[in-house]
Amino acid sequence: MKLRRTSIGMLAIMLVCLSSLANVVYAQDSVNMDAGVPLPAIPMGQGDSCVKDTDFMRRNHMDLLKHQRDETLLKGLRGEQYSLKECISCHAVYGPDATPLTVASPEHFCRSCHDYAAVSIDCFQCHASRPESGDLPAGHQPGSTFPTTATVNGSQ
Amino acid sequence: MSRKTKDRKLTKTDGFDPARRSFLGAMATAAGVTLAPGVILYGITKSSPANARALDSAASSDVRWGMLIDLNRCDNGCDDCVSACAKENGLRGFGRPETDAQWIRKVDIKNPDTGYSKSLPVMCQHCEEPPCVDVCPTGASFKRADGIVLVDKHTCIGCRYCMMACPYKARSFVHEVLEDQKSYAPRGKGTVESCTLCVHRIDADQQPACVEACSDTGGGAMLFGDLNDPGSEIATRVAKYASQQIRADLGLNPGIRYRNL
Amino acid sequence: MKQVTYSEVKGSSTKFYALLALLGAFVLSALACAFYMEHSGHHVTGMTNQIVWGMPHVFAIFLIVAASGALNVASIGTVFGKTIYKPLGRFSGLLAVALLVGGLIVLVLDLGRPDRLIVAMTSYNFKSIFAWNIFLYVGFIVVVAAYLWVQMERRMNHYAKTAGLVAFVWRLILTTGTGSIFGFIVAREVYDSAVMAPLFIAMSFSFGLAAYILVLLAAYRGSDREIGDVVIRKLGRLLGVFIAAVLFFTAVQHLANLYASEHTAVERFILVDGGVYTALFWIGQILVGSLIPMYLVFRPVPEDSQASNRGVILASTLVIIGGFAQVYVIVIGGQAFPLNLFPGMEVSSSFHDGMISAYSPTLPEIGLGLGGIAVAGLIVLIGIKLLRFLPVSLANAAIDPHHKLTIDKP
Repeated sequence: MKLRRTSIGMLAIMLVCLSSLANVVYAQDSVNMDAGVPLPAIPMGQGDSCVKDTDFMRRNHMDLLKHQRDETLLKGLRGEQYSLKECISCHAVYGPDATPLTVASPEHFCRSCHDYAAVSIDCFQCHASRPESGDLPAGHQPGSTFPTTATVNGSQ
Repeated sequence: MSRKTKDRKLTKTDGFDPARRSFLGAMATAAGVTLAPGVILYGITKSSPANARALDSAASSDVRWGMLIDLNRCDNGCDDCVSACAKENGLRGFGRPETDAQWIRKVDIKNPDTGYSKSLPVMCQHCEEPPCVDVCPTGASFKRADGIVLVDKHTCIGCRYCMMACPYKARSFVHEVLEDQKSYAPRGKGTVESCTLCVHRIDADQQPACVEACSDTGGGAMLFGDLNDPGSEIATRVAKYASQQIRADLGLNPGIRYRNL
Repeated sequence: MKQVTYSEVKGSSTKFYALLALLGAFVLSALACAFYMEHSGHHVTGMTNQIVWGMPHVFAIFLIVAASGALNVASIGTVFGKTIYKPLGRFSGLLAVALLVGGLIVLVLDLGRPDRLIVAMTSYNFKSIFAWNIFLYVGFIVVVAAYLWVQMERRMNHYAKTAGLVAFVWRLILTTGTGSIFGFIVAREVYDSAVMAPLFIAMSFSFGLAAYILVLLAAYRGSDREIGDVVIRKLGRLLGVFIAAVLFFTAVQHLANLYASEHTAVERFILVDGGVYTALFWIGQILVGSLIPMYLVFRPVPEDSQASNRGVILASTLVIIGGFAQVYVIVIGGQAFPLNLFPGMEVSSSFHDGMISAYSPTLPEIGLGLGGIAVAGLIVLIGIKLLRFLPVSLANAAIDPHHKLTIDKP
């Protein structure tokens, strides 16, 4: 008797797990699997494109970061293309006073998606989350009147 | 105790509960089944990392960076090197001298018998056999190929064992939340740090900030260069003039040498 | 010897729930302290760039050292075959694991980046004794769990001796590793000594047994079970021997340091003019922690008297107090003394060179440390309630029916 109850319970748990696994695996390529939660408004970066295309970056930026940080730290390779400073510089989001926002603001580039995905960011405990004033392009120095640039990434 | 009791099937009177045992077994299986989808999911979504194209060349062990500090030129009251380091690396004091980070400091020594006194800048000595590297449990404290001893703050867990082990008290622990760090000198709460020999400047063919400040406004006491290059100025000088290392008896062979100590 | 019956502590008295709540409160406060320290940064603690390891480490090292020592009682029974200690073996294993887990929790929660525990457990630098210790600590829990299993599972009892031997050797290596954390530091004169490892082993014997005696007696009094004075007296005498061993190695450590003239300054600091460290050494460690307890357990008192039992209990308590004092002097006293960068010179700087560093423990640190003890207590409490660790009776008649006692203890 007890054995049958136990095995029914096990079967139920297995079914739940398998169905959720199937749901996630097959829903990977569809965007609207969480209907009801608004998609994040991710600001555009500067220039024509990122170092890699959006789709790649969306899935693999963490691996790029992790790999590059070891290259830079352990070997001293400081290539412009993958440097964190460049990422932060291009993807800086400017506040109303045209100075870049820090990670404290939910409109910071990284936070706009990480808040949505509920993944905490460890980087900015040590790294500055906005470019230094020396790295800022003209018009974005503190005190300038350049308008804010946060535009929504509409197309997929 | 008779041997036969071992062979007898254990029953409820022995405190053996078969239902409980099978329940525990079922739960263990359920736990394994619950974890399996997560493991599979992780494997499916993880793709191979991109190849990092090295635009600069890696640090090489052909080079050994070092410093020669001439203490005859080091003035007692001057601390340009200390302020330059703080400015360059974004070291900010919080009014708490016991816990504020200091990567370089001026040490005043005096011989109590003869009255001879001297002032010298002391920073991470970038030893060839660093004790801090030996004791770090995660390998965060490491020596780069060109001799610079650094802390990999991605891996540092903040155990402070390296601070115990350093004979020069060169390391500081970050005791508070930091904001607006310099982009080339990341530092954060809960990790250990020390003089990086301005590695970001060295990789850009510049001098460390302390050396530059000393030659610009200070006494011109500090000389930086490649100890392995026989043609460099520092190598010629250490070959020509007597110089010593602090606590040379420990056999660590630091890269920082002092003249006229 | 008669067959020993073990049973769980049955019943749910108010005493039990009150103790559970009290220990739980300490654990919660420790978690709050750890969160506070981690959130604001370590500047809220007394630990500085000069004294980098403070009260949490004193508690953690004491608990870890006592943990390996608590396993001794089981080893004496299984490995060395002393039958009177055999019933005490299961509880010894439970206490060992409990103390170790308590110590580890304090250590991990004090890290600057406790969220990086996964990094600590996956990325190793095997030249570091700390890295080896991580394996030794986790392995200890596994080994002792296996040891407990073969003791408690009747069908596996014939493996008890092998498991006991493995556990005994493992805990010796573990304590050697813990002592070597300090012994391998060349920079500080107090530590740079090969005698640190055997000293720590002797300390583990002594603190572990003292903790075992106190917790065992508390468990028996609390669950209204009988414990005879044969057991108490035997454990008490054994404690006296271990205290003597600690005294010996302490003497060796200091005498050896005193002989080398380069170390006399630091010895003078600890033994003569170190203020709080000198007081803790002489009064805390030597007088309260060693001499008085030794007198209490070895003095000639009638065997079955209250005085004898009370003496053992008091001796164990004093050993633990003295043990904390000893670890405090080792950990903090060793850091307070300045590093000797320029031998023979007077040194001063803005980074506290050349001066004796001050340290005052703060509430979050002490709270965290006490939480470690509470975690150990909780593990023991829940363990004896759920599983059969405690013999039903440790009365004289049950343990040693041939013991020559003319008067039975009431």
